[in-house]
Formats: sequence, structure tokens, C-alpha cells
Amino acid sequence: MHLAYPAVLAVLLFSVGVYGVLARRNVILVLMSVELMLNAVNLNLVAFDVWLRDTLHAGQALTLFTITVAAAEIGLGLAIVLLVYRTRRTAAVDRVTALGDRHEADDPADAAEEKEQAAA
Amino acid sequence: MIATHALAAAGGNSPSIPAPHIEYGQLSPMLVVFGAALVGILAEAFLPRRLRAATQLGISLAGLVGGFVAVVVLAAQGHASTRAGLLAMGSVAIDGPALFLQGVILLTAVLAVLTYAEGRLEPRINGHRIDAFAAQAAAVPGGEQEREATREGLRTTEIYPLTLFAVGGMLLFPASNDLLTMFVALEVLSLPLYLMCAIARRRRLLSQEAAVKYFLLGAFASAFFLFGTALLYGYAGSLRLGEIADVVSGVAPVTPALAVTTQNDALLLIGLAMVSVGLLFKVGAVPFHSWTPDVYQGAPTPVTGFMAAATKTAAFGALLRLFYVAFPGIRWDWRPVMWGVAILTMVVGSILAVTQQDVKRLLAYSSIAHAGFILTGLIATDRRGVAAVLFYLLAYSFVTLGAFAVVTLVRDSKGEATHLSSWAGLGRRSPLLAAVFALFLLAFAGIPLTSGFTGKFAVFQAAAGGGAAPLVIVGVLSSAIAAFFYIRVIVLMFFSDPQPSGPAVAVPSALTATTIAFGVLVTLGLGLLPQYFLDLATKASIFIR
Repeated sequence: MHLAYPAVLAVLLFSVGVYGVLARRNVILVLMSVELMLNAVNLNLVAFDVWLRDTLHAGQALTLFTITVAAAEIGLGLAIVLLVYRTRRTAAVDRVTALGDRHEADDPADAAEEKEQAAA
Repeated sequence: MIATHALAAAGGNSPSIPAPHIEYGQLSPMLVVFGAALVGILAEAFLPRRLRAATQLGISLAGLVGGFVAVVVLAAQGHASTRAGLLAMGSVAIDGPALFLQGVILLTAVLAVLTYAEGRLEPRINGHRIDAFAAQAAAVPGGEQEREATREGLRTTEIYPLTLFAVGGMLLFPASNDLLTMFVALEVLSLPLYLMCAIARRRRLLSQEAAVKYFLLGAFASAFFLFGTALLYGYAGSLRLGEIADVVSGVAPVTPALAVTTQNDALLLIGLAMVSVGLLFKVGAVPFHSWTPDVYQGAPTPVTGFMAAATKTAAFGALLRLFYVAFPGIRWDWRPVMWGVAILTMVVGSILAVTQQDVKRLLAYSSIAHAGFILTGLIATDRRGVAAVLFYLLAYSFVTLGAFAVVTLVRDSKGEATHLSSWAGLGRRSPLLAAVFALFLLAFAGIPLTSGFTGKFAVFQAAAGGGAAPLVIVGVLSSAIAAFFYIRVIVLMFFSDPQPSGPAVAVPSALTATTIAFGVLVTLGLGLLPQYFLDLATKASIFIR
């Protein structure tokens, strides 16, 4: 099999992931899209490894590392998302906008803080 | 039976794996820090609550100072110059830049940990001292659980082992000599930082939001880094930076499979571009800077100081090694792009900083502008460029850490008063603090007799010598814009009337005072007597291959 097939598939998969990160509002779906990007990398690495007949199998070794790190990353990411969800009851990225460049009049820091104190 | 046979066949066909040779002594800075992090986790699990905070501080300081001593000993033994070499089967490099940056990172981490432990700024609750971190990070803000945790005086002491793990990753990052190690280091330094952003005691919603933004964008950027790594591996057939350099410059032996992939320059160029995106994101260069102000503003201020100083140092170290070790052969391809990035970073960082109304955001945009200045040193592509970048990182780290430590002291009833309007007239209420902050701002602006001037002079001189004179002109112009907003803050502090309901300046304990004093000392020291450290940086400026 020529190298082009897995390479093109990996690029397509990666592009789908990038589209997902940029277009999805739900944080969980964004995380899934990042996973898709990482899996495209894995496919690419294994394909190159086989194509180059690498005796040290550096590509496959990196794939194992990627899988492990991706698992750690998703665990941590879900913890942070859960924290935000429990406070705000929403997992939509575009609703989490208290920080950012605004005008003084509606200073987001103070607004969020007042809400926090009202809740307390 | 069949299984045995299969195993024997496999063993017969594949070459046996040699046991790796690991130089534990030369890896000791990282091993000490990671060891201290593990001890910290055990302490977290087994010690009673009331002992934890003090013990964790002790463990962290012991680990970080131990690591620094190891760096100094290694440098004294000549591992930075004559005995520089590759460790752990070629995956980690020990050389001048690596040891210099490891030293800087460890020193900044020591000072940052001191600010973590500051317990005098907040009023006591039921007799318990509390710090800048949430009583219980998992509790819902404003909920019953949080109130109870606050009443009991709980503290998130997990921040110390998390910091140690992040520091371990940062030590490995500028020393990593293959892309796999670099990726692992990148993740080891990033993952704890995402968590550390989320555990501020005050303004918890903003803190959690900062963590979400940092995490999502960070994961996105590291996916780019990895895809670039995969493409470079496909191009060169190796993850080692040195071997990639050989393939790029055409001195490596060509196998039939490699002959196909090395014909394809797209693999090389796209791969390099994507790896650079991942690293430039960590550095906070435009157009990958959008996370910086939000995360700097939302994260607990001691963490922001640590992150701003140490992450930038580590990431620039990795960026330097990538470009100087693996890709000097195609510098005519990457230099124009980096020119564009550097110009954009300097100009956008400086201009956007002018419009900021929040001290932490202002410092964040100023850190973006400084990333641009450091990039001009990287573009010089010679030894003087490396030395200038190393010196700049040393100077910048301590100024940043000191400036954020000052920000933690200016407080009102709601916690830190970060809005610029509340800093008006601070010079009349607390002349000493305002003078110290003014010194840090002058250093950021690059006024002579401060470390910032020496650093800027060094990078601009190196860039001009490396044939990037137009870049230097842009750099000087954006320095002028940047100086405008630093001076504006100084004017605000000294020449306007204090608000009646303005913030008070908290009196810190010896911990934060040490950090600020050290920041002042280094800022003045590197400004008045820079020669020793310039020589040190020059001696440390050769990368091993």
C-alpha cells in the first residue's frame, strides 16, 4: 500500500478535528475533536514507521506516548469542565465569557464577582 | 506450546534490545525535582491537615534548591562547555543553554513558591491563616461545602506538588534533544498549569474560566505540535533533532524509503510550521497569543507570576534548540516567517497594552510584547543571538515575578484590586511599594540602569549583527509605544490623587518580601553590573548536537 493513503486519511481526520474545535460550542465535543486530531497523528506516525521500516520503531513508541498523554489530558480536561459545569450549569464554550477585553462600564470581573457574592 | 514457539520466532528475528544507559548524575536536576514532587504527593496522602502546608513548602524548597545546586555543580564540572553531551541514549542534551535555563527556571520557581506560601495578606478565618488558593478546589463557588471548608481553614496544598511537576517538565523542555522527549516535557509542564489556574480563592468563576480557556487552547496547540512531529518524522525517519538536521542538510545516508519522503519538501515545511505553532503558543507570540491576557487575569496571581516567568523561559529554550539544532539548514525558509511573527508580536502586544484597564491584563500584553523582543534575538541565528536571548530570559523572569508579587499586595475588601483606577495615588499611600513597582515597570520599558535595558540592548544588537536591522527599528519603535503605557501607570501612581475608597497595601510576611527584594536586586544588579552575567550567557551559548 502506498504511503499516500494513510497520510491523506490522517490529514482528513485532522481537518475534521480542527473544524470540530473551531465550530462546536459544547466543551465535551471540543474535547472529542481534539482526540480526533491526536488519533490522526497516531495513524500518521504508525504509517510512517511502517513505510520507513524504522528498526527502532520511534514512530510506534511515540504513538504509545501519545495515547497515554491523551488519556491524562482528557481526564484533566473533564475535571475542569465538570468544575465549570457544576457552577454554571452549562458546558457551552461561548457562554463562558466573563474574561476578555471590554469597556470599563461593564467590567466583567466585577459583575462576575458580584454574582458570586450574591450566591454566597 | 504455540505461544512459546511464536515468542521464540519473534526473539530470533528481531534484534535484541540493548539496555539503555542512563547518566543519573547528569540528569540529577530533573530527578531531584520529580523526586520532591513524588514525596509531596505522599505527604499530601499521609500527613494530617494541619502539618501539610508547612511540610509541603519545605519539600518544595528543598527540591528546588537541591535541583539548583545540582545545576551549579554540573556547570562547575564543565558540563556546560567542554563536557557537554547527550544523555539517556541521546534523548536529553546537557549543554550551556540547557543548564543556564534550568538554573533560571529553578531560581524563579523558588521565589514563586515563596509567594504561594504567603499567609498574611488575607484576614484570618477562625484563627486559620489562609493563602491565595481555594479552600477546597472541588467545592461549588458560593455553596455550602465551600463555606464549611473556609470555616475549617482548609488550604489547597496540592499546589506545591503540582508546581514541582510543572517545574520538572520545564527543566526537561529546553534540554530535550528529540521530539518525543520535547512532547512529553511539553505535556508534563502544561497539565499541572491548567489545574493551577483553576484554584484561586477569590474570583473563582474567573479562575475556572481561565483554566477552561487555557486547557482547550493548550490541547489544541499540542495537537498541532504532535502533527508537526509526525510529519517531521515522516520526512527524516527520526525524531532526534541532530539526525533531522543531518537529513535536512543532506549528509545523512539515504535509504530507499527515505528517498521517497525526503523528496517531499511539504512534509518538512508543514511539519516545521506546525511544531513551531505549538511552541509559539506556549511562548505567547501573536497570532497565538489570545489565551494570554485571559489566563493571566483569571489565574491566582502567584501562579500567574510563576507561569509568566518560568513557562516563557522553558518554551523559548525549546524553541531555540529546535531552530538552532534541527533546522539551521533551512534557515532561509523559516527566518522570513519568524520575522513576521516577531514584528506582529511586538507591535500588537505594545498597542493592545495601551488600552488595558486591568493591571494583570496590562502585564499580560506586556509579556506578549516581550516575547516579540526575545524573538528578534532568536532570528539573529548566531551565538550572540543565543547569548542575548538567555540573558533576556534571566532578566525578564525576575522582573515579572517581582511585578506580580507586588500586584498581590494591593488589596481592597474584595481581594486584589487589579483595576488601574484603584492604583491612582498609590505613591502617596505607600511610597516604597509604588517605587518598587515603578522600578519593575521601568525595567519592562527598558530604561538604562535596569536589567530590561541591558537585555533589550543585547537582543537588538544581536539582531542587527545578524542582518535584521529593519526588525530592530520596529523593535525600538514598539519599545517606545510600550514605554508610554508603563510610564502612564507610573504617572497614575505618583501624580494623581488617591481615591477615598481606594485599596490598602497589605504588609507581607518575609516570604513575599524576599521575592520582591530578590526581584529588585536582580533588576538593579543586571542593570548596573551586567558584565558577569553577559559573559556567563555568552559562555553558555553553544548548543550540543
